[in-house]
Amino acid sequence: MSEHVRATALVPGEASGELLVSREPLSFWGGYDPKTGEIIDRRHPLSGVVAAGRVLVMPFTRGSSTTTAILLESIRAGTAPSAIITNRVDTFLALASIVAGELYGSAVPIVATSPLDFERFKTGEHVRISLEGDVWIDFSS
Amino acid sequence: MTLALSGHDRALAEGELGPAAKMAMRILVRMAELTGASRMLDVTQAHVDSTIYVGDAGLEFAEKLAALGARVAIPTTLNVSGVDEHHWQEWGVPPDWAIKAKRQMAAYQSMGTLPTWTCAPYQTDMRPTFGQQIAWGESNAIAYANSVIGARTERYPDLLDICAAVTARVPAVGLHLTENRAGNVLIRLRGVPAHLQADDSFYPVLGYHVGSVAPDRVPVIEGLEVRPGDDQFKSLAAAVASSGAVALFHVVGHTPEARTRDEAFQGRSPEAIFDVGMTELRDARRDLTRTRGPGLDVVALGSPHFSLSEFQKLAALAAGRRRHSNVELVVATSRAVAELARRAGYLDAVFAFGGRVSVDTCILASPMLPERVSSLMTNSGKYAYYAPGLLGVGVAFGSLEDCVESAVRGQVVRDDSLWSGKAS
Repeated sequence: MSEHVRATALVPGEASGELLVSREPLSFWGGYDPKTGEIIDRRHPLSGVVAAGRVLVMPFTRGSSTTTAILLESIRAGTAPSAIITNRVDTFLALASIVAGELYGSAVPIVATSPLDFERFKTGEHVRISLEGDVWIDFSS
Repeated sequence: MTLALSGHDRALAEGELGPAAKMAMRILVRMAELTGASRMLDVTQAHVDSTIYVGDAGLEFAEKLAALGARVAIPTTLNVSGVDEHHWQEWGVPPDWAIKAKRQMAAYQSMGTLPTWTCAPYQTDMRPTFGQQIAWGESNAIAYANSVIGARTERYPDLLDICAAVTARVPAVGLHLTENRAGNVLIRLRGVPAHLQADDSFYPVLGYHVGSVAPDRVPVIEGLEVRPGDDQFKSLAAAVASSGAVALFHVVGHTPEARTRDEAFQGRSPEAIFDVGMTELRDARRDLTRTRGPGLDVVALGSPHFSLSEFQKLAALAAGRRRHSNVELVVATSRAVAELARRAGYLDAVFAFGGRVSVDTCILASPMLPERVSSLMTNSGKYAYYAPGLLGVGVAFGSLEDCVESAVRGQVVRDDSLWSGKAS
C-alpha cells in the first residue's frame, strides 16, 4: 500500500529511502557535518542524528548563506541526504544540488510540497520520489 | 509565470560574454525559473560569501569559475575567508587547510573583486545606499543591508552571490520588489526598561528571540524608545539571521522603511502579534548560554567583525588590566578596521591586556583555536548560536563588560542586574 503526495521537483531525480522529519528549519552551516552527515545544531531537535542516505524532510533552511556550500560538500563527500523535501521553494538547497549537477553530475533530488501535505510525512516511513517530483509513502502493512 | 530574458541576458546565457558568465547566467536562470521570476533585474553591487572555505567542493567551484576567466561586472566585496592570509601560522591552522583556503581566496581575488575579507561590509566604504539593488551573501550582512540601510537584496546563498557579481543580473523576486518588503508580523516590546534598551547586550538577545518566533517572516519591532547605534543594529541583524531565516526586519521609528507602523506594514495588518517582555528576553538570554561546566578557555569577540567603535570600548575596558593566564581573548575583525584600531592605539591596549586580534576570518570559519578549547564566552549572538555545533564547545553569552571581567577572573562572571528589572 502506498499514499501519493503531490510535490514540485525543484531539482529532479529519483530517490527512495527512510524519512527523517523535522518540523524546525535547519542551517546546514553549523547544523550539518559534511564529513559524517550528522545534524550538529545542538539546539535542533534532530541534534546527533545522521541524515546521510535518508530522505530529509524540513520546512526550509534558516541562518547562514554557507548552507549551500555545506550541502555541496556533503553531496561531493557522499554524506548528503538521498533527497530533501521542503514545504516551500528553498533556493539554498536547490542551488547546492544544481551546482553539484554542474560540477559532478550528481544532483540530490530537492522537492517542495504544500505546507498542508508537508504534515503527512513521519520519521521512519519509507518513501519513493519520482523524476516528476511525485512522492509515494509506502506502508508495510 | 514565464521568465522573459532581455537580449543581454540571452547573450550572457549563450556565452557571448565568455564561458564564466555563461555558467553563472545558466545557474541564475535556473534559480529564476524555480522562484517564479518573470524577469531579471540589474544589481549594482555584490558581496560574496562563497569565499568561506569549507571543503574541496567550494574550492573546485571557485577555481572552475576562475579558470573560465570570471570577472565581476560590478563593485564586489569579499566576505571572510578560511584563514588569516598572512598570519595563519601564528594561529596553529593546519597547513593543508591554510593552503586550500588561500587558493580559494586567490581564485575569488582573481575575478577583480575588492579583498575586504569581512562579514561587516556595511562598515566599509562600500556601504550601499537606500533603495540600491544589490546581491549580497552573508546572513548578517543581508539582514543589515535590507533593514538598516534600506538597500535591496534577496538572501543570496554561497555560489549564487558570485554568479550575480559576474553577470550583474538577478531574478526579480523577493526583497528586490517593494511589495515583498512589507512587514507581516508585529513584535511589541512591553515593559522593557529604556536602560536595558540602551545596552549593547540587549540587541543580540532581542534578535535571537525574534528569529526564533518569526523565522521566515518580515518582523516589525515596535516600542523601541532608544535609537540603536550602528553596532547595536549589527548585533540585532546577526542574531535574527542566525536563529531565523530573517533577511529583513523593520524597527518602527528607527529603520528607513518604517517611519511609522503603517509604513512598515505597507498599510496592511499584521498576520500575527507577539508581545516581548522581560520574561521572553530572560529566556532568550538564558538559551544563548550552553555551558558544560564552570571552566572558561576563550573569550571570543567580533562576530560580525569588530568595528572601530567596538575596539574603542574594548580598549577602555581592558586598560590597566590583564587577562587570566588560563583564558585567551580573541578579537576578529577586518584588515581595514585593524589598521585604524592600530593607529588609534586601541590594538596596543588589547595586546597589553593579553588579547589577540585576527583578520580576514573568524573562529567559526577557520580552525584557529587550539583543540583543547572546550568553553567559550562571547558577546555575540551569532557566535553563541553557532559555536556549540561548529566547534563542539560550551558557550556563555554575556555583555562586553562581562566578557572582559571573565577574561580577567578566569571564569564566567555575569552582571544580571539589567535583566532582573521589571517595567520602569
